[in-house]
Amino acid sequence: MKFIQKFRSPIFLISAICGALIASVIIHSIKGEDDLGYPTNIGPEISNTIDGFLAWLVVNGEWFFDGINDNLKIVLGKLREFLVWIPWPVMVSLIFLLGWRLGSFRIGIISALGMILIGLVNLWEPAMVTIAIMAVSVSIAVIFGIPTGILMARSNLIETLLRPVLDAMQTMPSFVYLVPGIMLFGLGNVAAIIATVLYSIPPCIRLTNLGIRQVNPSVVEAGESFGSTTFQLLSKVQLPMAIPTIMAGINQTIMMALAMSTIAAMVGAGGLGIEVLRSMGQLQEGQAFIAGSAIVVMAIIIDRITQSVVLSR
Amino acid sequence: MNRHVSNETPPIISVSSLWKVFGKNPQNALEENYRSRTRADIQQELGLVVALRDVSFQVYPGETFVVMGLSGSGKSTLVRCLIGLIDSTAGELNIDGDNITTFDAKELREFRRSKMAMVFQNFGLLPHKNVLDNAAYGLEVKGIDRDNRYSIAREMLNKVGLAGWENANQRELSGGMQQRVGLARALAVDPHILLMDEPFSGLDPLIRRQMREELSLLQSEIQKTIIFITHDLDEAITIGDRIAIMRDGEIIQIGTPKEIITEPADDFVKEFTQGIPKTKVIDIKQCCSVPDVVFSSTDSHEIVRAKMDHANTDYAIGVDAQERYLGILCRNQLDSIADPTITIDSLVDSSIVSVLPGTTLDEALNFLSDQNLPIPVVDESNAFIGVATQPDLLKVVANDL
Repeated sequence: MKFIQKFRSPIFLISAICGALIASVIIHSIKGEDDLGYPTNIGPEISNTIDGFLAWLVVNGEWFFDGINDNLKIVLGKLREFLVWIPWPVMVSLIFLLGWRLGSFRIGIISALGMILIGLVNLWEPAMVTIAIMAVSVSIAVIFGIPTGILMARSNLIETLLRPVLDAMQTMPSFVYLVPGIMLFGLGNVAAIIATVLYSIPPCIRLTNLGIRQVNPSVVEAGESFGSTTFQLLSKVQLPMAIPTIMAGINQTIMMALAMSTIAAMVGAGGLGIEVLRSMGQLQEGQAFIAGSAIVVMAIIIDRITQSVVLSR
Repeated sequence: MNRHVSNETPPIISVSSLWKVFGKNPQNALEENYRSRTRADIQQELGLVVALRDVSFQVYPGETFVVMGLSGSGKSTLVRCLIGLIDSTAGELNIDGDNITTFDAKELREFRRSKMAMVFQNFGLLPHKNVLDNAAYGLEVKGIDRDNRYSIAREMLNKVGLAGWENANQRELSGGMQQRVGLARALAVDPHILLMDEPFSGLDPLIRRQMREELSLLQSEIQKTIIFITHDLDEAITIGDRIAIMRDGEIIQIGTPKEIITEPADDFVKEFTQGIPKTKVIDIKQCCSVPDVVFSSTDSHEIVRAKMDHANTDYAIGVDAQERYLGILCRNQLDSIADPTITIDSLVDSSIVSVLPGTTLDEALNFLSDQNLPIPVVDESNAFIGVATQPDLLKVVANDL
């Protein structure tokens, strides 16, 4: 420890920076700038490998990805039809009830007003499509995210391995996720859903992990001392106590999925996102603003309702 | 709790040469050249923390065995080794006939479900379950069906005085009540051994004393073997049949409360015990003396009066022909009766309370009369042993201060 502390001292840092500057000056004066390129460029090799892998996946995994594609399309199609089929007054009342029961009367009113607003700007149908895409993507993210988070909480090794992956997923520009989506599933809603899932899953995994790790160790110890099996400990002690944190993770996942909806529209996702894109392409700033605001309004409604679930626990 | 424990029954818990070392490669600390080094040395040279060093003791069925030490003395580690929450580094742990250090996960689980239950300092209750479900938790993981586990849990909640609180939430309970739930949860699985890790330390002093008394009462009913961890010597002395004092992972002394206080093994223990009044552990037998005048019920007034004159005292102890204690006769009582036909044994004041020789001074002091009379000491068959005079009692108390 003392060794490391020495390296952290400001004197050491300052002398290291000075040393680096002096070395740079010396190298430049000896060789000149032109000779200082890297000896080799391994970038193409890496990208070629990735391209090759994706090409292989497209050919060999066709049956698998086509299966996912077809099924997801059916599920999404039915859900969209159903949501659009529900008359708007029924939907508004439903959302009011949801906001009221889960949150408060105020949240119910705000949510209902928000939905009416979306209807008033004639974006009701695209909004329902967005909700359908959200519902499918978030469900998939949660179905995979929570078990992954549990594994991560149970093993320090898995946590060490997954943490940089999650960091990368969250810093990666969201456009990048569109590429494998298109390659494997073609243009359309399914590619959009896959991209949305990849983009929005990290908070769900992270907060499940955090929630379980944060459970009061003395309660876990008590659970163990009464002879709980690993599964009993998880299902009766750790998960129930981690639910508020896990719900916060799901809330974040929903928010990120909504944020992705405009970008996902680029690969053919319907809904409010495509409205924004189309209006921008036709230089109708006003319409783009309205469609963008509709996304914000939906974000507020979903956030208030899901957060009140977290807080009420 | 003062239960007589016979050393002839085999111990229910037998710990021999138990070591627990925290850190990487803990076995290094057990090598010949490190074994006897101090804790600080080992920590500096090997980076290992010795939490338990060569701990050995036995606990007998029905006994309340208190492990006492300051924080960092290893007492919590010890109790966690006993239930397998922490794996020991070396040594043997024989509990109820099994060497639990050899248990695999499944055996350990069965052992915890049937033989031991623990009460925690921070209660360790499940906040998302109500009182009844918390008390039934041990039975739930055992796979006992709902009706049965609820009826057992209800019974235990009754026992700890929480009847009517079954549906309450943890948040609605005070600290003392939460710990009662913890106790009910532990008792519900009907364990052979009850581990209590500083169960009352988180409670305020008034509640703590009350809980202690209730535990004593409960123990006289349930007769479990209890391992009780505490940092409070006062608590150890009130509750324990025997006490083990720990420091730096070692047991320094094991003994009855009286032995600990009257014969401390070293200065450390002595310092510990300084704040504890000796009157709590010393028996009245020790300041018992033969009274100046003892008369038999057949003696005449004159003989007794003459004896009292001779000894220059104003009281006498009356016994019957079988040496059984009758009462105390005061001089003024004797003088006020002129009629010699009244038998002398009808004059004695039998309202003075007599005590057994095992009574502690603390308890005996309650019986001091305001007439400056001594406390008579008699055995179980009421045979007279002696008296403890007020000056004798005060001498012990004064020495203590």
